[in-house]
Amino acid sequence: MIKAILIFNNHGKPRLIRFYQYFAEDMQQQIIRETFHLVSKRDDNVCNFLEGGSLIGGSDYKLIYRHYATLYFVFCVDSSESELGILDLIQLICFVFGQVFVETLDKCFENVCELDLIFHMDKVHYILQEVVMGGMVLETNMNEIVAQVELQNRMEKSEGGLSGAPARAVSAVKNMNLPEIPRNINIGDINIKVPSLSPF
Amino acid sequence: MPAPIRLRELIRTIRTARTQAEEREMIQKECAAIRSSFREEDNTYRCRNVAKLLYMHMLGYPAHFGQLECLKLIASQKFTDKRIGYLGAMLLLDERQDVHLLMTNCIKNDLNHSTQYVQGLSLCTLGCMGSSEMCRDLAGEVEKLLKTSNSYLRKKAALCAVHVIRKVPELMEMFLPATKNLLSEKNHGVLHTSVVLLTEMCERSPDMLSHFRKLVPQLVRILKNLIMSGYSPEHDVSGISDPFLQVRILRLLRILGKGDDDSSEAMNDILAQVATNTETSKNVGNAILYETVLTIMDIKSESGLRVLAINILGRFLLNNDKNIRYVALTSLLKTVQTDHNAVQRHRSTIVDCLKDLDVSIKRRAMELSFALVNGNNIRGMMKELLYFLDSCDPDFKADCASGIFLAAEKYAPSKRWHIDTVMRVLTTAGSYVRDDSVPNLIQLITNSVEMHAYTVQRLYKALLDDISQQPLVQVASWCIGEYGDLLVSGQCEEEEPIQVSEDEVLDVLEGLLVSNLSTPVTRAYSLTAIMKLSTRFSSVNRIKKVVSIYGSSIDVELQQRAVEYNALFKKYDHMRPALLERMPIMEKTATNGPTDIAQTNGETDSTILDTKHLPSITHPASQANDLLDLLGGNDVVPVIQTTVPTKPASAGGELLDLLGDLSLTGGPTPTPAPSVPMSQPPFLLDGLSSQPIFNDIAAGIPPMTAYNKNGLKIEFTFERSNPSPNIAVITIHATNSTEADMTEFVFQAAVPKTFQLQLLSPSSNVVPALNQGSVTQVIRVLNPQKQQLRMRIKLTYTHKGSPVQDLAEVNNFPPQSWQ
Repeated sequence: MIKAILIFNNHGKPRLIRFYQYFAEDMQQQIIRETFHLVSKRDDNVCNFLEGGSLIGGSDYKLIYRHYATLYFVFCVDSSESELGILDLIQLICFVFGQVFVETLDKCFENVCELDLIFHMDKVHYILQEVVMGGMVLETNMNEIVAQVELQNRMEKSEGGLSGAPARAVSAVKNMNLPEIPRNINIGDINIKVPSLSPF
Repeated sequence: MPAPIRLRELIRTIRTARTQAEEREMIQKECAAIRSSFREEDNTYRCRNVAKLLYMHMLGYPAHFGQLECLKLIASQKFTDKRIGYLGAMLLLDERQDVHLLMTNCIKNDLNHSTQYVQGLSLCTLGCMGSSEMCRDLAGEVEKLLKTSNSYLRKKAALCAVHVIRKVPELMEMFLPATKNLLSEKNHGVLHTSVVLLTEMCERSPDMLSHFRKLVPQLVRILKNLIMSGYSPEHDVSGISDPFLQVRILRLLRILGKGDDDSSEAMNDILAQVATNTETSKNVGNAILYETVLTIMDIKSESGLRVLAINILGRFLLNNDKNIRYVALTSLLKTVQTDHNAVQRHRSTIVDCLKDLDVSIKRRAMELSFALVNGNNIRGMMKELLYFLDSCDPDFKADCASGIFLAAEKYAPSKRWHIDTVMRVLTTAGSYVRDDSVPNLIQLITNSVEMHAYTVQRLYKALLDDISQQPLVQVASWCIGEYGDLLVSGQCEEEEPIQVSEDEVLDVLEGLLVSNLSTPVTRAYSLTAIMKLSTRFSSVNRIKKVVSIYGSSIDVELQQRAVEYNALFKKYDHMRPALLERMPIMEKTATNGPTDIAQTNGETDSTILDTKHLPSITHPASQANDLLDLLGGNDVVPVIQTTVPTKPASAGGELLDLLGDLSLTGGPTPTPAPSVPMSQPPFLLDGLSSQPIFNDIAAGIPPMTAYNKNGLKIEFTFERSNPSPNIAVITIHATNSTEADMTEFVFQAAVPKTFQLQLLSPSSNVVPALNQGSVTQVIRVLNPQKQQLRMRIKLTYTHKGSPVQDLAEVNNFPPQSWQ
């Protein structure tokens, strides 16, 4: 099980924080600080696994992390997850971010911009929700994930979204016909080009 | 009231803050605005406000006042509202607050919503933070969704079911029927989550486990398809088809095959196939291989497969990717117990990993290396490990040092090698060794009799170099104290003997006493060493001076020792040589039965080592003061040799009682040659607590007069015990027929080499005049070879003011006492 997913930048500022186990607020912040402390000390040529800090886990928890440019992606997992598999998962998630946020399709994961994560905090959560649910891996097919996220975003947009002006929102609700939205998403309908992915 | 600002706007504003205080101010202002907006019950802007609240929550600011608002959002009809509302619920709410119970109805409705995304949201929320009550209420809905044909919902329902089972294990049965055709699903997402669900159920219940064993063929088939199928663009990751699913299935197979022959049999082929066919150039391939290896090692696989698995791990060790090396070492550590020989083949690779830059890899390599050490490779391995010890981080040094000591103890090819190794550890990592290594090393050195000269010479040289490492210094000073005579005499077979004078040695020891680097314990060691040298060196005056100086030391331990040694010089000079004799060979065993005496007494030692000492005097060579040193001193009357019992206090108590009537001027109470301080002296305790053992089975062994001269008569009475017929117990009775008391009476006895002797404490050391009383003392003699008992006794006492000393041979023992 994945206990927590933490994404923060090189200075320790949180960009996405998701705990799948209950921790009080101040505890959460402390964990973030401690994790940043542990991970930022690491050299670039050491392995990506750390025995967890004292706060977040006992003996069964490990920190698995990847460092891309200005962002640290840290997963805190227990022994039921495969370490190498989690590394692959982190890469997958970065790819997905890249797909959703960046318009042109040839971008690889290294170009996930920190600003994207900053300004679209809510979207980032929604994307993550399609990959990991309740601390367990839900879906690993990138196309599926992206498709589902896009569809939901479209629904939101048609309602006016979070930033929609009130008038537009009201009319959008009136105009939206919920039952018509298809239940089954057929991959064939969505036109997503398979990107040339850089090696895992 | 103006429209609340948008989320992006807020983020932008907060990022302009230059200090923490500025940021806090902005956030507080915004929180106030949000609060008033909430109070106005404005439906349109609620979602925006909650989004902002979640952002601020991530930065670490309190956001609890938004909890109820999340619930209102969830109840709204808009998808946007629900989306942010559910997210808020997952981030801000948890079981500890009752407010989440208000969600149950909403979730129930949403689980049946017409829009699948709404259903998905509610499944997600329930699966993340649903409490046991909520799970109980809604399990039925989840189970229904588990059977739907909508793959988007089905996979979410599967993970939600896992959460429900975790919260309410009794509900597991409920999901059993729905699992029937989960594995026939084509959609990989559903397959994946189904395998997760099955794994959870198998891990929780052995019944489920046996029930699901029948799925093994199906799982094998799915795995086979994944491997064999051609390129499938949907699931392809670097040329491998859905590696995540493969790993999941392999893990489930592991659980199903563990301990079960049939299932393991069914998996053997596919495991071999995966192991040989998987492309290893990318991380995904290695993840699959790794999982395969773990599965092979856990189930009852055939040995060929196991060897294949370990070889894969060996190959991993050579991989450039440090992550792969790390996981390989971790698994090898787990398998080294069961498949030792196979892992041995990769020993050189593992030893190379000691030189890796990564701390976690080094640690694992070190643990693995220790596990692989055996009699054959000890020399080579030790070289590598010592080299590692030199260069590793301080955190490792303590563990590495203990590991080296253990390995050396078990597999040392020769005593010299052992001592060399230990010395090397002490000189390189001396400050990190554990406390008990000092007595262990001392014992090792004592027992390697032929190496004494070599050892003391090396230690002396090490001291000259560096006196900062306390364990080394302590061992060195102890050795110099013991074997200083060998040091100055310049005899050393093993290496070039050095020329060193007595004064130089004393300089070094005194240097330790005054140095700031020495701890109090070290000082105590060096003081005692100096004292011991008084019987081995000729420059006694210098030693006397040193000892008297420290009689007024502030350190209570040093002071006590110095005072005692002073007393030894002044009043008990005649006993000094015997007290400060060489230590006997020590045994480490803690339990010695009465017939299992492994100790040698001083007599044996003196024939080997110190010919200049009074021969055949059985001073159970507990150089008491050394003993006291090693045990950190005690407050039993100092000059009296006692084995400070580390046994239960009762033993000590009895001992003290016995000595209670002795005055300070009493002679030493000969006690059994103690082994390493930690062990118990079996004789003593037996003698004290269980006299009745020695019933007069061989009743009627006639007593005898052993000595009768100058008014002093000593009689021996005998007992032999039934359980241990090799032991004879002799009680001496000393009587005095002269008109003056004989004070300071000390009886000593020595026996030939084939015997062993133990003197217990005398009843007193004054033999009253005119036969008014007697001094009794118990001697226990072990005679395993049943040879004729002979004894040489020495008597010392003061009579009418002048000391008297006499030696005698006792040969007329009755045959029943030794046959």
